[in-house]
Amino acid sequence: MELLLVLGVPLLGAVVLALFGARRHAAEVNALMSFGTLVSAAMLVLRVIRHGPMLVWHEQFFIDPFNVFLVALTAFVGFTTALFSRPYMRIEEHNGRITPGRLRLYHSMYQLFMAAMLLALLTNNMGLLWVAMEAATLSTVLLVSLYRTRASLEAAWKYFILCGVGIAQALFGTILLYFAAEGLLGGEGMAALLWTRLDAIKGQLEPTVLGLAFVFLLVGYGTKVGLAPLHNWLPDAHAEGPTPVSAVLSGLLLNVALYAVVRCKVLVEGSIQHLPGRMLMGFGLLSAILAAFFLWRQGDIKRLFAYSSIEHMGIVTFAFGMGGPVANFAALLHMTVHSLTKSAIFFAAGHASQTAGTQRIDGIRGLLVLSPTMGWGLMLGALAILGLPPFGVFASEFLILTTAMRDHPWATPILLTALGVAFAAIFGRVQAMVFGEIEGRPLSHSPALLPVFAHLAIVLMLGVYMPPALAEWYRLAARLIG
Amino acid sequence: MTAAPLVRQAAEVVLAMSLAPLFIGWIAQCRAWLQNRSAPPLLQPWRTLRKLFWKDATLAEHASPLFRLTPYVLFGTMVLAAAIIPTVATNLPFAWVADAIALVGLFATARVFISLAAMDIGTAFGTLGARREMMVGFLAEPALLMVFFNAFLISGSTALPSVVERLAAPPFIIYPSLAFAGVAFVMVLLAENARLPIDNPATHLELTMIHEAMVLEYSARHLALVEWASALKLFNYACLGFALFVPWGLASRDSGPGAVLVAVVALLLKLGAAGAVLALVETVSAKLRIFRAPEFLAMAFLLAVLGLLVHLLLGA
Amino acid sequence: MVPPPSFTAQLLNLFAAGLLLISFAMLSQRRTRSLILLFGLQGAILVASTTLVAYSAGLRHLYFSAGLTLVLKVCLLPWILLRLVDRLEAQWDSEPLINIPTTMLIGVGLVIFAFGLAQPISALATTITRNTLGIALAIILLAFVMMITRRKAVTQVMGFLAMENGLFFAATSATYGMPMVVELGIALDVLVGVFILGIFFFQIREQFESLDLQHLENLKEE
Repeated sequence: MELLLVLGVPLLGAVVLALFGARRHAAEVNALMSFGTLVSAAMLVLRVIRHGPMLVWHEQFFIDPFNVFLVALTAFVGFTTALFSRPYMRIEEHNGRITPGRLRLYHSMYQLFMAAMLLALLTNNMGLLWVAMEAATLSTVLLVSLYRTRASLEAAWKYFILCGVGIAQALFGTILLYFAAEGLLGGEGMAALLWTRLDAIKGQLEPTVLGLAFVFLLVGYGTKVGLAPLHNWLPDAHAEGPTPVSAVLSGLLLNVALYAVVRCKVLVEGSIQHLPGRMLMGFGLLSAILAAFFLWRQGDIKRLFAYSSIEHMGIVTFAFGMGGPVANFAALLHMTVHSLTKSAIFFAAGHASQTAGTQRIDGIRGLLVLSPTMGWGLMLGALAILGLPPFGVFASEFLILTTAMRDHPWATPILLTALGVAFAAIFGRVQAMVFGEIEGRPLSHSPALLPVFAHLAIVLMLGVYMPPALAEWYRLAARLIG
Repeated sequence: MTAAPLVRQAAEVVLAMSLAPLFIGWIAQCRAWLQNRSAPPLLQPWRTLRKLFWKDATLAEHASPLFRLTPYVLFGTMVLAAAIIPTVATNLPFAWVADAIALVGLFATARVFISLAAMDIGTAFGTLGARREMMVGFLAEPALLMVFFNAFLISGSTALPSVVERLAAPPFIIYPSLAFAGVAFVMVLLAENARLPIDNPATHLELTMIHEAMVLEYSARHLALVEWASALKLFNYACLGFALFVPWGLASRDSGPGAVLVAVVALLLKLGAAGAVLALVETVSAKLRIFRAPEFLAMAFLLAVLGLLVHLLLGA
Repeated sequence: MVPPPSFTAQLLNLFAAGLLLISFAMLSQRRTRSLILLFGLQGAILVASTTLVAYSAGLRHLYFSAGLTLVLKVCLLPWILLRLVDRLEAQWDSEPLINIPTTMLIGVGLVIFAFGLAQPISALATTITRNTLGIALAIILLAFVMMITRRKAVTQVMGFLAMENGLFFAATSATYGMPMVVELGIALDVLVGVFILGIFFFQIREQFESLDLQHLENLKEE
């Protein structure tokens, strides 16, 4: 029942907003629908806490601790972003960058995107997972090009083509997976595509086919996670799309794609012990170090934080690659805090660029004086993402580093370099932006800073004190990942 | 060796020599029909040859003996090739020479001689034609060899009669690799015989000629022999194509004279169809610019290689 | 002596070879209209092949699959694309990034690679079409090359769709097709994708006044 609500509410929202999205209160309806999704997600979480993992509706949907926490996170960030998007889009409309017609597209696609991501998280069927990921990509492509400038068209085209090609590889991987399982599970219904069934027989699947399948799946879904060298679409898409879209791309889509990769990894590790882990570690480290060095060359605030997303996703991938209870726990925690922190940063950065009238870092100055909430938001967010205690990011990075030092000491210098370089790059620029002479004008509507601080507060809490229930939850999920 | 097979062999060669100009005439007729103009009569090439043989030959002052020798060499190699290629029967005494790679060597000899003769006089057009001919030949030869390799792999031998017999034998199997090889072969045929889209046989615009440029200096009986040799070359290529891709109707090792008659009728039918198809291809294609000719031939080569790969993968 | 393959197997091999030939033809083709017609032809051969497999293996769901492909890839998509090309007046493609003979050579290399890669998997398959998995993989890789080396947006999209065809063929050859729900989902995604691309083309042309992708290479790091 809750499942129906979780999926149905955003779909309904998409339809409603497609019809009425140009009217005055579209943004409020958007936020309301997102709130409905959040409530349904919360109910779903409660049910899973009470009853344990569930298989719903002919085994087509599977809800276990791993994906239900992601569902809750997605619904929450979706809601806060919808709250943020309301004043943000008002200001954009006021500045003439967007028309009501385009707002209608924006709102309906936003809800559709939520629905697609939630479907991807909740489905048990690997084929439907693919369809949902592709749907998520398609619904955001038009959003990236919303402003219809040359740069945004280019960004959206790159996004479409690169992610399209990537996801085609993932389809081939899914076909191979189906092929490997069909012999054992039969083609009756869709049994050979159901993750739970595959998980049960994973030890008996043919290693060569599984290995090949995993490579394709990693390359395919990894493109959507933003793993180097397939990350080219990410900075452009983040920089050129509207800020709420950047926030959900960074905060949510990357997580969902990584979730898909990890599910495949669990399957493949049944017959090939070390290959998936090693591949994940390799790609993760490569992304982290590459992104860290690219950070130095960025002059655009959103591109800067896009590369930071790539770096952090690289770190999470590396942690999942290491495996084991501690690393998985840390990875899950990092996914949560990164999602919250990065979206908070994008909220603040979005308003900052609106104030200054440009996205260039050299053009944004004196935020602290101009709008204390904006300045503090950006600064605290940056400190959080850089891994300073007592924020939650420090806790997860610390766990990852200590596990790496224990099990894979060769990786530690690379990780530390990446983190250090990123720290220097981001800190310097944020400092320049937050302090200094004012270079901007006040906004026409008051900025939505509640989401920013709500996120940062949660991240702070997670760093200082983790509720034992939540910790137990993470541990359960970590154990499931193996 | 008894006389009967030699007689059969000689008869086949005579048949080839007489049919070749008719084939050219037939193609010209089909082209004319397709282009909605009235056609020259079928025997026109024979009339041209007869007219040429009666004339006095004029040679350039500083023509070397090679220049005078070349028409005879050309004609000789083409006749030898006609003897080797199984036109109507496969049990001819020259069969033991009938290695397809040797055949390619014969064609290469002819090409070398005509190119040298073209450059012999020293005119610009001759050299131009010779260079272009060599470029086309250099690219077409590997393609032709690849086509042959396809056939060899399927039939397990490089001697043409065995290839033919294996391919003609029942059961009828569709070989996709042969389909690829067939397309490549047609492309090579068009290129090597100076037909559209590589070269227009009716053109006399010097800047676009290949074959015509090489024979500009020949006259009378030399020209007649050269023209006859090119007609024979096209005929040989056509028969080669028939032998590899549509081998039914050929008289095999142990069949009597009735089978030979059937084979001749089959040959005439196949030539008719081939001529029509060639004319159609020539009518719908525009002549390629000379520097696109390598692309055309590269495609033929790659198609043949693809046929090979498909055979290795699918076993067909 | 290996016994000659059954007539069905021969036909399937012929269809597979035809698909490969069309992939190469698409790789060397310059005119956009011919590309779209070739794509339609590829779809038609896919339909024929799937129907044949459905008939000989007795699988009803493959008939639906073939029908879906017929409607989508032979009728609907080429029609949409032809109309798009007419309205956008994007008849010709400029020179590709690498010249055509080199592209063909790379293509042949990729075919060899694909065949080699597919051999162990084919050995494990139980379908009658297992030998053609290598060709399916080769078609995917060739479409990929086509996407990389083309300059006009429309031809890049054609490469993308050809890749999709290759994936469908791979699914049919390795596993007698995916379950219907998944196939419907994929078909829907492809259709929506093409719609979005159509919208894109107009936006791009409006902004850049041309569909040449060189204009779309300006976003750089700095």
